[in-house]
Amino acid sequence: MMSKHRHFAGEKPCQELAGHRMLVSVSPHVRDDTTVARIMWTVVGCLMPPLVLSVFIFGLRTLIITAVSVAACTATEALSEKLLGRPVTIRDGSAVITGLLLAYVIPPGVPLWMPIPGAVMAIFVTKVLMGGLGFNIFNPALIGRAFLVATYPVAMTTAWLEPIRDWGVLRLMDPGVDAVSSATPLYVLKHYGMAALLEQFGSRVSVYTDFFTGVMPGCIGETSALLLLIGGLFLIYKRLINWHIPASVIFTTGVLTWIFGGERLFTGDPILAVLSGGVILGAFFMATDYVTSPNVRSGQIFFGIGVGALTVLIRLKGGYPEGVCYAILLMNPLTPAIDQWFRPKRFSQGAVQ
Amino acid sequence: MTAKPATFPKGGVHPRENKELTNTLPIEKMPYPTKVSLFLKQHVGAPCEVSVPHRNQEPAEPDILFAHGHAGSLFRLLVDKKDRVREGDRVGEMGSRLGAALHASVSGTVDGVEKVEHPQTGKAPALIIRTDPEAESMKPEYTLVDWRDLSRGEILERIAAAGIVGLGGAGFPADVKLNVKNGVKLDTLILNGAECEPYITCDHRVMVESSREIVEGAKILLTVLGITHCAIGVEDNKPDAIEALNEAVSRSGREDGLTVDVRPLAVKYPQGSADQIMQSITGRVRPSGQRSSSIGIIVQNVYTTRKVYDAVAMGKPLVERVITVTGRGIARQANLCVKIGTHLSEIADYLGGIRGDLCKVVVGGPMMGFAVSDLDVPVTKTTPGVLFLTSDEVNAQAYGPCIRCGFCLDACPMGLEPNLIGLYVEAGKGAETESFGFLDDCFECGSCAYVCPAKRPLVQFIRLARLEIEQARKLKEARKQKGQSE
Repeated sequence: MMSKHRHFAGEKPCQELAGHRMLVSVSPHVRDDTTVARIMWTVVGCLMPPLVLSVFIFGLRTLIITAVSVAACTATEALSEKLLGRPVTIRDGSAVITGLLLAYVIPPGVPLWMPIPGAVMAIFVTKVLMGGLGFNIFNPALIGRAFLVATYPVAMTTAWLEPIRDWGVLRLMDPGVDAVSSATPLYVLKHYGMAALLEQFGSRVSVYTDFFTGVMPGCIGETSALLLLIGGLFLIYKRLINWHIPASVIFTTGVLTWIFGGERLFTGDPILAVLSGGVILGAFFMATDYVTSPNVRSGQIFFGIGVGALTVLIRLKGGYPEGVCYAILLMNPLTPAIDQWFRPKRFSQGAVQ
Repeated sequence: MTAKPATFPKGGVHPRENKELTNTLPIEKMPYPTKVSLFLKQHVGAPCEVSVPHRNQEPAEPDILFAHGHAGSLFRLLVDKKDRVREGDRVGEMGSRLGAALHASVSGTVDGVEKVEHPQTGKAPALIIRTDPEAESMKPEYTLVDWRDLSRGEILERIAAAGIVGLGGAGFPADVKLNVKNGVKLDTLILNGAECEPYITCDHRVMVESSREIVEGAKILLTVLGITHCAIGVEDNKPDAIEALNEAVSRSGREDGLTVDVRPLAVKYPQGSADQIMQSITGRVRPSGQRSSSIGIIVQNVYTTRKVYDAVAMGKPLVERVITVTGRGIARQANLCVKIGTHLSEIADYLGGIRGDLCKVVVGGPMMGFAVSDLDVPVTKTTPGVLFLTSDEVNAQAYGPCIRCGFCLDACPMGLEPNLIGLYVEAGKGAETESFGFLDDCFECGSCAYVCPAKRPLVQFIRLARLEIEQARKLKEARKQKGQSE
């Protein structure tokens, strides 16, 4: 080593260089600060406001259910990766997101252990067995929910709670005491019609405001369009997601409901359609999952239209009052094909030959 | 009222510039090193400047045989062991058309040809000249001539004789680039002063300190090309360079009918890539696989233009260049004028040595430069700088799986799919990536890897894919030949 640096005037620089372990790698040598973990934890942060609100609306048990879900997802990931001899990746935050989203799409009145089988299905079967983060075909949280609907259909479709309107959350320390079983607006709408819904909420305006703020029966994290919008718009502002999927999902759901959702054509209520059920949560936080949605913007719009159309189809013609979950799950496996159809525009495509 | 700076619409990234470390430091001349190592091939390399950057049809590896005009060898050495040479003496030339003359960058004694570590290609043959301790005082003097009296042929001859190559990146011989075939219709000369690589400020300082020579050089190039319009593109993070150039343009006058415009460009990497700067300034897009002259444009680096002026007006060969020595791992940062062939170790010594938590030494810019494992590497004609990066400046995180975020698709200025190429290479299917069309278009700017949140080495994947495609092609050809012979 010394002979290699024989032309050094003194020995100092030579020893200093020898003392440093030099890194040699392919360019670029500088990287953006954004990491996968930072993106995931930002999404986790954006999902917090609806959770806080749900505690005030449905009681503390929503917090417990969510905690169980997150813990079950994280534990499943750690355990399954350990058993498979793979590096444990729970620090990247993606299992936490799955846990939150899974809890957000189940009714608040279910037994507290309910998220656990869903978490195993979501993380172990849907993600880890498919090859881990980046290789899953379906959105893990939604597979978890679909599994729960199939295995515990009664709890998953009837355990709704009537919202508490006087912010008396402290009285609900004992979960379920004041809980009143109720039906979701979409269920009422599907089976009893608009008149029944208006009767329940008073006027059309109060329907809209209650739906927008989230004071209505529904799943733990999907009721407040307002808070979900704030989180979703923050993600777009931070350029972590594009507007293309959320906008096309919401637009398509609204337009198709307006056309086909009423007694006659063009009499449906698009605002109600968008504000109810899981449309906002699904559009901003589930359909935009990187792994299971297309990469190119035109493909994202196609994907979003597909999700919106399938949602309306299931809502109006299917057996369930809500269809966002299955709509996204049906579009997920199309993603590789959509990526094939919609390729990025090449630089020289703009060339004048 | 200032117009909005021009830019290219597709892709690009905004890395931290870090130019403030050196952009106010005047160019400083480093004294003679103890020896120089002159690579026989100085014009190798990857892009930023040349339109068809990679897979340049390089002449075959020159023979390392040490002889005067060795027959059959493409490279002719003109000196022998123990010969005494003076700074500026021509010591070698390329036998083929695509080549550049090589000159002694110091006065001293020829030591021989040795294999020396090249930052890009691994060990390569280089001519070693030991510096004569007293030689520094007997530097050659160059006589100024009025280039306007010279014919086009004479100008090209002087550029070729000076061994000028593109200093911005690929090192394409300047005289070859300027000797445009008959029938090619040109209308614009673009001088590339974007200097989009973070950290690097050598072109910036040259523009500030030699604006007159650059404008004169631009007029020489216009005369050679037989056109009248030149645009100098400069990223607008260099307002002093833009001002200096504007002043030089107005002082140079317009009587000759040659117009030179200084065009501020938005700060966005890779603004200084040929395709991007052509689009930013003229709105024209080069069709894939063709030369920039096919859309009427010749792009030349500003510093190369300055060297062209030196060669034509003074007969001065390319024996030294300004490099930016920077990063937080060197005791003192500088824009240093060094002799071609000076070893990095001597440069580090001159600037007070290494300091801090040095982690990586990069020859070139941080986006496209080459990391080296030790300092026994000489400066070449195409070295714009040397970075001594500490662990704070380098991201040495392990990479994870692709999460399909699509950031690389948005960052790629050429509209390619780096994510897919990476996945194919990881799956052992690199040979099947040819249909992604990156062979002609990707110039390895590194924007994809820069934005990747999983820190995936996408440029490395792309190079591996190229290699595997090449290997598969060779295998196919070999099989074909075997089939024919049977």
